[in-house]
Amino acid sequence: MSDTAAPIKFFEKRERAYPKRIWGKYRQLKWVAMIVTLSIYYLAPFLRWDRGLHAPDQAILIDMPARRAYFFFIEIWPQEVYYLTGILVMAAVALFFVTSLAGRVWCGYTCPQTVWTDLFVWVERIVQGDRAKRMRLAKGPLSFEKIWKFGVTHFLWIVIGALTGGAWVFYFNDAPTLVDQIVHLDVPWSVGVWIVALTFSTYLMAGFAREQVCMYMCPYSRFQSAMFDKDTLIIGYDEVRGEPRGKHKKGESWDGRGDCVDCTLCVQVCPVGIDIRDGLQMECIACGLCVDACNEIMDKVDRPRGLIRYDTMNNQEARLEGRTQNPHILRPRTFWYIAILAIVGGVMLFGLINRSPSDLNVLHDRNPLFVTLSDGTIRNGYDVKILNKTHEDMVFSLSVSGLDGANLRVQAAGDPEPDALLVYADSVGHYRVFVTAPKPAQGRSDVTFTARTMDGAIVETYSGLFLSERR
Amino acid sequence: MSNIEKDDHTGIETTGHEWDGIKELNNPAPRWWLGVLIVTIIWAIGYSVIYPSWPTLSGDGERGGTQGSMGWTQYNELADSQAEIFARRAQYLSRFDSASFEDVQADPALYAFALAGGASAFKDNCATCHGTGGTGAAGYPNLLDDDWLWGGTVNDIHQTIQFGVRADHDETRYSEMPAFGEIFSREEISDVADYVLSFSTGGDYPAAGKTLYDEQCSLCHAENGTGDQYQGAPNLSDAIWFYGGTKVDLVAQISQPKHGMMPNWNTRLDASTIRQLSIYVHSLGGGEAE
Repeated sequence: MSDTAAPIKFFEKRERAYPKRIWGKYRQLKWVAMIVTLSIYYLAPFLRWDRGLHAPDQAILIDMPARRAYFFFIEIWPQEVYYLTGILVMAAVALFFVTSLAGRVWCGYTCPQTVWTDLFVWVERIVQGDRAKRMRLAKGPLSFEKIWKFGVTHFLWIVIGALTGGAWVFYFNDAPTLVDQIVHLDVPWSVGVWIVALTFSTYLMAGFAREQVCMYMCPYSRFQSAMFDKDTLIIGYDEVRGEPRGKHKKGESWDGRGDCVDCTLCVQVCPVGIDIRDGLQMECIACGLCVDACNEIMDKVDRPRGLIRYDTMNNQEARLEGRTQNPHILRPRTFWYIAILAIVGGVMLFGLINRSPSDLNVLHDRNPLFVTLSDGTIRNGYDVKILNKTHEDMVFSLSVSGLDGANLRVQAAGDPEPDALLVYADSVGHYRVFVTAPKPAQGRSDVTFTARTMDGAIVETYSGLFLSERR
Repeated sequence: MSNIEKDDHTGIETTGHEWDGIKELNNPAPRWWLGVLIVTIIWAIGYSVIYPSWPTLSGDGERGGTQGSMGWTQYNELADSQAEIFARRAQYLSRFDSASFEDVQADPALYAFALAGGASAFKDNCATCHGTGGTGAAGYPNLLDDDWLWGGTVNDIHQTIQFGVRADHDETRYSEMPAFGEIFSREEISDVADYVLSFSTGGDYPAAGKTLYDEQCSLCHAENGTGDQYQGAPNLSDAIWFYGGTKVDLVAQISQPKHGMMPNWNTRLDASTIRQLSIYVHSLGGGEAE
């Protein structure tokens, strides 16, 4: 290293981005995406879905105390949590698929981090003005104007944060009831903790951390690079057309120079603060605001649009050779993503369609394994759980088979007969059951428990054991 | 420091500490880190005001030290959460206490309440002898089978738990088998044991055994060996043996009988708990109808 080299910087302080306001096709798309996603987030808990008397009527609800999850016509019990796994697998593969086709558009348009950051920047702009004013205010000395404008901005951010946290808890509680409780400041402490925590995290992530979340915290943003190939749409600056760049005065000839007039508007509008003309960078969230900015300038200087545009690496390379290359939509990568999506989706759908409205679980006593009765017969005890996932009360008949001379008795309040076990709607019927039989020849016998409804429409079986002393 | 040394590459002051030619730069701690440190200090001050924290020389014994402005103690917290549980229990307890055994056994909510309370009390008080599963051991009765020394209805069980067996209480269950080792010869005891075994096995026995049994034993254990629950005389004709079912066990018990005892729980547990225990034991599988 020579002595004349500038001092090495071991730590580069982050330059805060002050995105300039822009108007255009992709900005419009971003506004639409923001309105749609925020509307879903804020309004979905208020949708109703009739499930009868014994289940909540909220369309989307995760009921933690009762351990149920509701999504319109789907109701998930704790042992069916694999549906959630399936949804997450599908979401991940869908993200891979979209990324392989169109790059990080999820990041650019619909990711909550992007949407809320966008919303916060909008608030910032309403209160403090556009980029130049905001930068002047931030770098300027402490003044009355600075105090009130910053104060209002941060106040509004916290209000939005509180609304974010406030909406989150609606997914875990009956929304109209909770609205009433919140209005009267009479919320359960768990709700309060979540509202405060999410208020704070929203304020922190969308107000301060912003693109650093994507760069340093989010795993998806980084591993999406692995889904990229040369046919993936990325935001690209057309070097062939743009270089050599330089200022351009009206009326000057465009011969011998590139179309880029070096106005740096693409840099000023960038929410992550990069210069897209340096090529694809890991910070880029493919939001397309620089495309809007550049198109606006190209219109003004009367040059064709698309100096910065969504493009593939293949096409960029082809253009260096003077050709154009359309992206291949169907290629091995996208084919496999579609195939995995179809398989997982098919399995989930099959499972959902064939979901049993009830279930039978039989747990053998551990202490003791068996009891010898005075006449020498053997008795085994079991905890029997009959699940009724429907919204109507059901009566089950419980029987045991596979054991000679077996007699089944139910030990419960009111001494119910085994062929008339009531299980309430949307609940688990829990019964103590004793099976008595003459001492079998072997120490353990396989038995089958069967629970069936009166009409025989539902038959659930469970393979269990009957234990005895080894002879 | 008089002579400040600066690093050539970065222009940052060094601390002057050197390890094998490597010098430490004197970079300041990050601002956020300092902020967190200050916040924790403020937090600690607030905490020590609100909660008991500082030891003092003249504490009031048990709770030496500063008391904290909120008066918080673990004792109070325990009492509060217990009060919560007792309040929740009370709504069932009053109904349970005024209901008969039959009413409780017919009411799902009260029955579940009694079983939960009984199971908990059983593990605390009874499991030591009868086992956590209630299966007992040699000399400690199995509470799950259908063979009862003193009766298996819920009222019988209630009586036994309240006053115990051979316990220090006027109403206790009491029986005493004589030590026949001092009365019979060894041959006679062997004969009686063979006869007793024949009730359940149907095997041969010496005639002298039957004669002696009918004279000496049948008054309590009945002529056919079925025993008598009023006297606490075990059934000798079934598959279940209290002190063991081999001939050696029988000879030992006839010669020098063991007399187990069970404490009277009415002085140790409250009436409601004993009633819950009775219902719990009755539910274990061997309970008999009234």
